[in-house]
This record gives sequence, C-alpha cells and structure tokens, in this order.
Amino acid sequence: MKSLIQATFAIVIVCVLLIFAINKIESSSSSKTTDTITVYNWGEYIDPDVIDQFTEETGINVIYETFDSNEAMMTKVQQGGSAYDVAVPSEYMVEKMIEEDLLLPIDHSKLPNLKNIDPYFLNLAFDPKNEYSIPYFWGTVGIVYNPNLVADHLTFTTWEDLWDPSLKDKVFLVDGAREVIGMGLNSIGESLNAKDDTLLRQATDKLITLSPNVKAIIGDEITPLMINNEAAVALTWSGQAADMMWENEELDFAVPEEGSNLWFDNFVIPKTAANVEGAHAFINFMLDAEVSAQNNDYVGYSTPNKAAMELMDPEVIEDERFYPNEALRNKLEVYKNLGLEWLGKYNEYFLEFKMSIR
Amino acid sequence: MFNKVSKGSLFPYAFWIALFVIAPIALIVYYSMLDLNGHFTLNNYKAFFTPVYLKMTLTSFWYAFLITFFTLIIAYPTAYLLTKTKHKHLWLMLIIIPSWINLLLKTYAFIGIFGLYGPINAFIKTFGLEQQQILFTDFSFIFVSVYIFIPFMIIPIFNSLNKLNPTLVYAARDLGASSFTTFRRIIFPLTIDGVKSGIQVTFIPALSLFMITRLIAGNQVITLGTAIEQQFLVSQNWGMGSTIAVFLIILMVIIMLFTGQKKGGRA
Repeated sequence: MKSLIQATFAIVIVCVLLIFAINKIESSSSSKTTDTITVYNWGEYIDPDVIDQFTEETGINVIYETFDSNEAMMTKVQQGGSAYDVAVPSEYMVEKMIEEDLLLPIDHSKLPNLKNIDPYFLNLAFDPKNEYSIPYFWGTVGIVYNPNLVADHLTFTTWEDLWDPSLKDKVFLVDGAREVIGMGLNSIGESLNAKDDTLLRQATDKLITLSPNVKAIIGDEITPLMINNEAAVALTWSGQAADMMWENEELDFAVPEEGSNLWFDNFVIPKTAANVEGAHAFINFMLDAEVSAQNNDYVGYSTPNKAAMELMDPEVIEDERFYPNEALRNKLEVYKNLGLEWLGKYNEYFLEFKMSIR
Repeated sequence: MFNKVSKGSLFPYAFWIALFVIAPIALIVYYSMLDLNGHFTLNNYKAFFTPVYLKMTLTSFWYAFLITFFTLIIAYPTAYLLTKTKHKHLWLMLIIIPSWINLLLKTYAFIGIFGLYGPINAFIKTFGLEQQQILFTDFSFIFVSVYIFIPFMIIPIFNSLNKLNPTLVYAARDLGASSFTTFRRIIFPLTIDGVKSGIQVTFIPALSLFMITRLIAGNQVITLGTAIEQQFLVSQNWGMGSTIAVFLIILMVIIMLFTGQKKGGRA
C-alpha cells in the first residue's frame, strides 16, 4: 500500500512538472510576437525558406500544419477546434466550402500582388469572382512512365496504352476514387464528372479489364517506388510526376489526349480564422513574383503566377508536359463538386474495382 | 465477492463503462440507421448484403484466420523454448521491444526490404535466380502482419507456460508418456487459456487492419477496416461506415464467445 501511494505521488508530481514546462515553453515562444497565423496546407507543398522570409519581413509567426486529403481538411475546419487562418483546398472543395458557408470573403484591395496572376486562372467556374479563393498551383492527372521499361510503341498519348498486355503487373494507380474512376470515364470518352449509373457501370467494367496490369493502388508511396523503378507506369498528378522525374531522370510524363483532369489548388481563409489581416498578408506575400518563383522551383507544380514565370528557368515553363498549351488545356476537365450521394457512388464503384484486382 | 463491496464504490466503474463502452456502441448502431441526409433508413444494411461487401467480409475473415494461424504456429514453440532458456525474461524482453516501435515505421521499412531492389532480392540474385515480386503479394501481407502480431501472441502463451507446474510434466514422463503425448494431454490443455487470449488479441485486430493493406498489399487485399476508413474519410457516409462497423463488432463478439474462458471448466 505504501509503495502504491508513493507511486501515485510520483506520477502526480511528474504531471504537474510537465504542465508547468509546457506553459513555460508556450509563453516564451509567444512572448516575442503576438502576431501569429496558422497555415493549413498539403504536405511538401511550400518552400520552408519562404515561410522564414515571411516572418522576417512582416514579424508574423507562422504555425504550419499539413493535411493529405481535401476531405480530411474540410472535416477539421468544420469541427472548428483549431483556428486555421489560411488553407489550401482544391477547386471542387472550394465550391463545397462556399456552399457550406465555411469561408470568409477575401479583400482584393489588400492583395496588390494579385495582378501577377495570369487572368486565365481567375474567375473560374468554381468561384466566379475569386471572392473566396486565390489560385496557388495547378496541374493535371496523367501517366508517368519509364520508357526503358515499356515497349517502344507505348507513348501514353491515349489511355488505351494502359491496357496493353505487355504491361502485365507493371502499373501503379493512385488511391483516389475520382482519379481512377475519372480515368475510366475518360477512357470510354465520357466526362469525368458523369452523374449517370450506366456510364459509371461501363467505366468500372472497363477498369476491371485493366486489373491484370495493376500492380498496386497506393498513395504518396508512389513517388519513392517509381523513383526506384519498382513499376514501369503510374497514374498520378503532374506535380508528383515532376518530383519523380527530378530524382529519376529516366522517367517521362504524358497527359492522354482523350482528356484528363485539370485541377487548381487555392488559398482560402476559413471561417475559423483568428488573424484575418495576417492571412491576407501571407497570401499577398506568396503572390509576390520573386517569392513565388523561388517557391515554384521547390514545389515543382505549375504556377498561375505570370510575373514569377518570367523569373523562372525558361526550360521549365516551356515544358508542355507540365505547362500544356491552351488547346490541350481545353480538352482537360475540372472536377465539379458531385455532392455526397454521387461521391459515395464513385467510391462504391472504386471499391468494386479494388476488389477485382487480385 | 461483490456483496462485500458497497454499491457506491462500483458507481465510477459503471459510469465509465456506460460512457466509453455502451454509449459509443449505441451511437454506432444509431448512425448505421441514418442515410446521407440524416433520415432513418435500413438501406445501409441492405447495401451490406450485396456481393461486394459480403465478399469483403469473407476475405477479411480468411486473411485474419491465416494471420492468426501462422502467428500461433510460430509463437507457441517460441514461447515454449523461451521458458526453457536460462534468462527467459531477458529473451522475452528482446522479443517485446520491437513492438514499442511505431507500427507505420516498421511497415515502411518492409517496403524497402521487400522491394525489387531491396536486400531480399539482392540475396536471391546472388544465387543466380531471377528477381521476385515480393511486395504487393499475399505473402508479403501475411508475413508483415504475422511479424507485427507475434509479440502479442507470445506474451499470454509464455505466461501460461511459465505458470505450468513442471512436476506435472515429470509425472507424465515417469508414467511412460511420450513427449508428444505429454504435450497433447498435459502441456497444451493446461496452457489453452493463454492460446485463447493470444488468438483474441491477434484475430480481432487482424480483421480490421487497414494501413498494411495499402502499404504492403497495395490494396490487393481489401478488409472491412479499409472500407470503414473510406466511408468515413472520403465518402463521408457515416451511416454506411457505421453499418460495416456494426458487422465488425458482431464478428468480434462471435470470436470472443468461441475463445472465451468457460466458468468452472474441468478440474
């Protein structure tokens, strides 16, 4: 009994000390500046140096947190537990967050650098007057492949090439219902926003015939695995492909001509924001030509910032694989917010396809 | 025994169980009867009895069975040999220590080990054999799962073997039983409780594994856990996710009934 009481005391004392230490650390870190913003972004999606520069220039501290899916991000913002000042959802999620009244309007007069953005990327259908969102990066969904590991006639200018029998057990797919089912729909010449059971059925049946070629359906692990040549072909986002090609020079990237997905990630200010001024300052800072050019160089996705492009390596911005010309861009489709019912159906079909791959 | 304890002192425990066991299960059952718009429906249950989900339940069960089976086959002899060693608690410690490392880290390590250019394939190649696809196969999935569950199976078996009175074994041998008969009639029946709790702590989590199914099996193995994750995080269909969870709970209860300790039992 005596030792039990001693142990209890020891635990209580340790806990009190820990709480004291936490308070001490928190007060010392926030005493330097009262100005702090919390940025909620995708992983590996900003140059850390840029954040330091921002703090140096404005005196605003940045707490940086990351998420790995639009849905997870929205759920956290909805719950309202933490005060995010800036978040970076994709276009269909912006649409949804506007619908659910989760965003604050953005004051354009506080964003003088907005002039740097290519007008092509402003006033898009998901937020017609950019009242709630400012473009950050954009890209496509396509096929990254190693020409040394696939037959010569495969150039992936058509989705049909994925079905080539020589690719048995050589294809990685990204673990996303919209990407994979969308690819299925594109391959039968339909829109990747289709809301029609017979079309979804046809697309899934078509995908099931792809099963022998599918080696695995995985998430971000695709990047290191493709760099190591674990598979010859992968369906993935353009920026991820750029990362892979940076590390493994054998790889090549193509967007099939039947069409694919065109996506935009955007800065927004969630309703939960505690420092709206700071959020505007941060967005404006990120739109600065030099900052943006440096950040683009690090992240590797395609930028909508025209002024920054002038400062970047011409070889990068003339690469039509990552900066497709307008004719090709017009063939690409932006995801629409499907609504929960249809999103659920896409996921059911995707699950059925996953069940078939072995 | 309980009549000696006053009812008041049981209250905190009853409150705890109500709040953290009964309430969550009741909530899951409640959510499982809601559709996307929050209206009452039984369609989720109807959807569960479609080929996709039934097949998934069967595969989950099958893989959980295989994982438990191989874990038991490896864990029982290991535990038995451990009790025979000189520093048995030190050896047990060495087996348990890896289970302190985060599960995801260990899983990621296996991606490298099993890869086409990983150490195992390098080893195979030194014998002049062809590169083998190990990652994203049934073998790699079961291997990694077994590796993860082994410590949890060894501990209860080790404890019951350790408590076994050695004189019983000597007596059996004196009376002329062969080693196999001794094991079958004396050792195994007396340690069956350890085996049962080992099976419980392996089979039940194995039913709902989900990260390993993606990282090691590349989604070639789909378990109920994968489907629950998808319903909650991607489809945001809490109703369907809860329905699958309800069936998972039912499966777990069945396992508990089969492996539960009978009261009284043989003397």
